[in-house]
Amino acid sequence: MSIQDYKGIFVFVQQVDNKVSSVSYELIGEGKRLAKELGCDVSAVLLGHKVDAMCGGLAKYGADHIITVDDPTLEVYTTDPYVEALYQVIQAKKPEIVLYGATAIGRDLAPRVSARVHTGLTADCTKLEIDAETKDLRMTRPAFGGNIMATILCSNHRPQMATVRPGVMQKLDVNEGANVAPEKFTVTGLADQVKVEILEIVKKTAGKMNIQDAKVLVSGGRGMGDPANFKILEELATAFGGTFSSSRAAVDAGWTEKDRQVGQTGQTVRPNLYIACGISGAIQHLAGMEESDIIIAINKDPGAPIFEVADYGVVGDALKIVPALTVEVKRLMAEKN
Amino acid sequence: MNIIVCIKQVPNTNEVKLDPVTGTLIREGIPSIMNPDDKAGLEAALRIKDKNGAHVTVITMGPPQADLVLRESLAMGADESILVTDRAFGGADTWATSSTLASAIKKLPCDLIITGRQAIDGDTAQVGPQIAEHLKMVNISYAEDIQVEGDSVIVKRQYEDRYHMIKAKMPCLITTLAELGEPRYMTPGGIFDAYREKEVKQFVRADLDVDDGNIGLKGSPTRVAKSFAKQLKGKGTVVNLDTAESVDFLVEKLKEKFVL
Repeated sequence: MSIQDYKGIFVFVQQVDNKVSSVSYELIGEGKRLAKELGCDVSAVLLGHKVDAMCGGLAKYGADHIITVDDPTLEVYTTDPYVEALYQVIQAKKPEIVLYGATAIGRDLAPRVSARVHTGLTADCTKLEIDAETKDLRMTRPAFGGNIMATILCSNHRPQMATVRPGVMQKLDVNEGANVAPEKFTVTGLADQVKVEILEIVKKTAGKMNIQDAKVLVSGGRGMGDPANFKILEELATAFGGTFSSSRAAVDAGWTEKDRQVGQTGQTVRPNLYIACGISGAIQHLAGMEESDIIIAINKDPGAPIFEVADYGVVGDALKIVPALTVEVKRLMAEKN
Repeated sequence: MNIIVCIKQVPNTNEVKLDPVTGTLIREGIPSIMNPDDKAGLEAALRIKDKNGAHVTVITMGPPQADLVLRESLAMGADESILVTDRAFGGADTWATSSTLASAIKKLPCDLIITGRQAIDGDTAQVGPQIAEHLKMVNISYAEDIQVEGDSVIVKRQYEDRYHMIKAKMPCLITTLAELGEPRYMTPGGIFDAYREKEVKQFVRADLDVDDGNIGLKGSPTRVAKSFAKQLKGKGTVVNLDTAESVDFLVEKLKEKFVL
């Protein structure tokens, strides 16, 4: 079978607790954009147990086809049953591209699938394009700790596979009328793939806003001087209806939790407004936030690299400016409502 | 029990500077270090050795100068070290790297393989799970804690919003997070032994039973088409005013943008 016989774009749909992860909708959106250039369709591949209720959302976000593998062994993610199920789907359907979220699931699943299928995999992509001439997928990702970008090709193997960082690609607008009848795909031998036992599942404290979902992020770094000063960031964030985040330095110092960290080794965020307070702007931090719509930087050091990416930079003391700004924001938001 | 720890020598990407004029990477003078996630993996192996007793073998694929991180591992307490090195292995992507390392590991007694989650120069997190696939072995990624219980391991496996406690029978492969624990320092006696008493074994191309089509550049499904300096978003307006004026400036801009 030749490379030209592989057709279509597959998106691995990640579900956790039978809820589709946001990145999967983003990938369907990006898949549709690429599919237009290739003249092909986008199939959402959903693995899990009792998955029917999730199919409607996949159609509304643009999936042309939905393939489900419904099995009790797939209810909660473990590596082997997922790898085997997806492997069998890929072997049967021969897609030319498979996209995964670069999540704690996708970054475990995709490498094993790539090794089993014997194809390449490009990790943590931030840009995907179709080569105008060869129609190959051009996969661009940060490398060297975010210091450079590299464009990767997988010309002689199919499918071309990539994991994509959450928060980077755009979802399509919801099409309420869309309806796709899922194809139920049967995978054999899954029970034999159960090789580990999950003893316990412990969820981290709920009720907190995920920094990737926030429209406004007020972010603090080492320049905040003291963990107690994050309180004023939280107050400003709350006034905007957002939440607070931090640089790696603040996480390493034990001032904030790891799940609030923005950057190369934290999360990529793309809020409408990102306010960086006392963050110098190491390249690893910029890699995680420079796609934000509006960036404000407040820093005492006029030479801080954060000012290079800020739309509006204020040289000054965040500890003074932020509380004063909070008062004004509260007043104006109250007037607006 | 026999534990194999896979490590990588990496440039310390936190110390990388960009040339302010050309925007290109300044490669000279960047120190090479043991990859942090891998060092945590070695620490995990050494803790198992301390508690349960184990023979710890450290393995790396790389150029001859990777000898340095192997000596460091020996000085930290590893028992044996192997450098997988040959021009034939050069230019490998994650597929070919994992296939090479898997064929090297096949030659060794092994109950448990530990790799770091990802290297700070590539950040792919692929080589660990791919080694496991080549060896047809169970893998557990993103480990924050590892306990050995009889012939099984119990691993705290991290996800974004939760963790799973997972029990798996050995042999298996675990990838570790730097958060697993502060790695121990080398001891003076350890450093002495690492250079005087212990040796770094070498595996070259001829030592491994692996197809030419599965190693090096030729065995790599992916190719770097180009690499380039990142375009930073253009610089905006920077002001240096007193507190009240600063607030006025920001409020005005946020009104212009319809945020307020």
